[in-house]
Amino acid sequence: MFTAFLIKYAEIGVKGKNRYIFEDALVQQIKYAVKRCEGEFKVYRTQGRIYVEALSEFDFDETVDNLKTVFGISGICPVVYVEDEGFEKLGKDVVKYIGEVYPEKNKTFKVNARRARKNYPLTSMEINSEMGGVILDSYPEMRVDVHKPDIMLNIEIREKIYIYSETIPGPGGMPVGTGGKAMLLLSGGIDSPVAGYMIAKRGVKIDAVYFHAPPYTSERAKQKVVDLARQISRYTGPIYLHVINFTDIQLYIYEKCPHDELTIIMRRYMMRIAERIAKETECLGLITGESIGQVASQTMQSLAATNEVCTMPVYRPLIGFDKMEIVEVSEKINTYETSILPYEDCCTIFVAKHPVTKPNLNIIRRSEQNLEEKIEDLVETALKNDELIIVHQ
Amino acid sequence: MEVYLDNSATTRCFDDVAALMTQIMCGDYGNPSSLHLKGVQAETYIRYAKETIAKTLKVNEKEIYFTSGGTESDNIALIGGALANHRMGRRLITTAIEHPGILQAMKHLEEQGFHVTYLPVDQNGIIRLEDLRKAMTRDTILVSIMHTNNEIGSLQPIEEAGALIKKMNPNTLFHVDAVQGFGKFRIYPKKMNIDMLSGSGHKIHGPKGVGFLYIHENVKVKPIIFGGGQQNGMRSGTENVPGIAGLAKAAEMIYVNLEEEVNKLYSLKQKFIDGVTKIENVSINGLTGKNSAPHVVSVSVRGIRSEVLLHALEDKGIYVSAGSACAARKPQPSATLKAIGVEKDLMESTIRFSFSVFTTADEIDYTLQAMYDIIPMLRKYTRH
Repeated sequence: MFTAFLIKYAEIGVKGKNRYIFEDALVQQIKYAVKRCEGEFKVYRTQGRIYVEALSEFDFDETVDNLKTVFGISGICPVVYVEDEGFEKLGKDVVKYIGEVYPEKNKTFKVNARRARKNYPLTSMEINSEMGGVILDSYPEMRVDVHKPDIMLNIEIREKIYIYSETIPGPGGMPVGTGGKAMLLLSGGIDSPVAGYMIAKRGVKIDAVYFHAPPYTSERAKQKVVDLARQISRYTGPIYLHVINFTDIQLYIYEKCPHDELTIIMRRYMMRIAERIAKETECLGLITGESIGQVASQTMQSLAATNEVCTMPVYRPLIGFDKMEIVEVSEKINTYETSILPYEDCCTIFVAKHPVTKPNLNIIRRSEQNLEEKIEDLVETALKNDELIIVHQ
Repeated sequence: MEVYLDNSATTRCFDDVAALMTQIMCGDYGNPSSLHLKGVQAETYIRYAKETIAKTLKVNEKEIYFTSGGTESDNIALIGGALANHRMGRRLITTAIEHPGILQAMKHLEEQGFHVTYLPVDQNGIIRLEDLRKAMTRDTILVSIMHTNNEIGSLQPIEEAGALIKKMNPNTLFHVDAVQGFGKFRIYPKKMNIDMLSGSGHKIHGPKGVGFLYIHENVKVKPIIFGGGQQNGMRSGTENVPGIAGLAKAAEMIYVNLEEEVNKLYSLKQKFIDGVTKIENVSINGLTGKNSAPHVVSVSVRGIRSEVLLHALEDKGIYVSAGSACAARKPQPSATLKAIGVEKDLMESTIRFSFSVFTTADEIDYTLQAMYDIIPMLRKYTRH
């Protein structure tokens, strides 16, 4: 029955002179999303609204699911449009619409007409009251409530006439590509994909880096990270995933530094390497899935120690989240099942039984001096052997 | 160099088997139930396959049923056997080191109200007949014991167990999971008092997705899959003709020179064990020599987690398994290793090497050399 969707966007509407940039980006992202669906669609912007119009048969649920992945959409309204063939015909169409969409008629309603085409013979107020009468005549069990109606029946008079009343919530946020690009440190755990999702939601394009440590981590662990990147690329668009072979660096740190500082020093090198790649690929920041106090390497002291090696801003969108809250989002974006697959990642393989939880920066720096001889070369080699995987839906 | 030493997980298909299967899939692709010539041709392959398997077991071809593999054979034997005989009692006996195809089916039966006794094993992974004798009661309807263990290669006293069971209660059914033993040993159910026996194609250089179940003609088993009534209604569903023909071809090929091939495997295994135990703090789980399976060696390498050693060997082109492939995807430690009393640290440091007729002495030398190189290196970096 529905033949189009009216796309509502909340936050973009308040932008000033840049508004068109956001709207154009949103139209572009919607076009990408419906391209994945069965059927032909036209996506266009008119008078401050975006419409997705089906030009052929299409799968309603599939289309809605894909629209729900487009950041910037606050609501998706399934629309029925009809030709303007006089008010009497419109009355019949509206009655038919209510008949099909609301099998249960014991509801309150309000008609909300908008007349974009001012040459229509009735004014908006007249349409509201006349149409209310038509509906009450056909469905006597329905009642009018102009303050808190169950059904807000919108009728928009344009070239054609649009009828809609339902709003399916969208993901919110801003269209991807309007906020620059950032480098996500993707580990394979539950947190980092969620962190990437949350920053992408603010319109940021995402690249990712994964630290691989063969033979300590397996091909399956790497595949798992690729799979996770693919899941979030549903929302973020294509992701450039850099796979860095971290084994030699890790073993060198293991050889030269106290073992309870291993994780912190390792993370400092991960941040350094991530920042190097980020700078080379025009990223404006790093993203991690850290949350204060979750593990030894995420205490305030540890975060300060890992943060110190970067000059770029590090975005940590989960910083105040509890684990359960993170899990909730990961379930929503379908990464949870993949994240909990039991493959070891490089952060845990050499982890000490009691790693330092309150690292002292001076001590950490002194330990790192033990690495001076070879570490630069090892980092350069790792960067040179960066394996790039382009991940998309 | 690529060295495949994970033959307990699965084996490379024989070329002749693959060729025969291609021929059937692209040429003789009829449905054996069809009345026309194409159907008759397909049926001929099934009949020939039954004869072949029956001959290797010295049983009647009517007693062979084809399934989707070892797990399905085990499930039909246990669940179908228990359901058909539940009026005579609700007690079942098995061992603690069975394949999940047995253990999980037993768990299912426990949920249905059956009582299952799990026989313990000694440090070599072998049951004690005395335990079996004590566990047998008047209302024990079924005993299932594996022939060859998939993780450590221990062999069970099948013939003695069969005699004991029948002596104590002639009505008790005796099922043997011979997925790892078929193709390595000559197993004669009639002589060993075996009522049901499971086998699988892909462990003997045949195809995956096909197996067989021998059921003694006097034994009642209820089907657990229903449909068009193929295979006397015991296992409905259009027969997997290429798979079945491939399984039979592989069995035929493996049993032609069985003794010679098995002796070769034993000598490869001994060579490997001699070499690997030269490394410090390396131990073999279970028995060695002719009292064990010719193709499985379970090795514990103290101080190195199995997954790490596995991937380090993989780096050199050597493919092995951590514990058993069926269990390797799960994080919990292996039931078999636990049952033979391997200490916890070593359980996480155990890998399995398994050989086949394609394994060569050169490959063993290469693998040993790789381990001499890798293990000292990996031991430098251990978790504290």
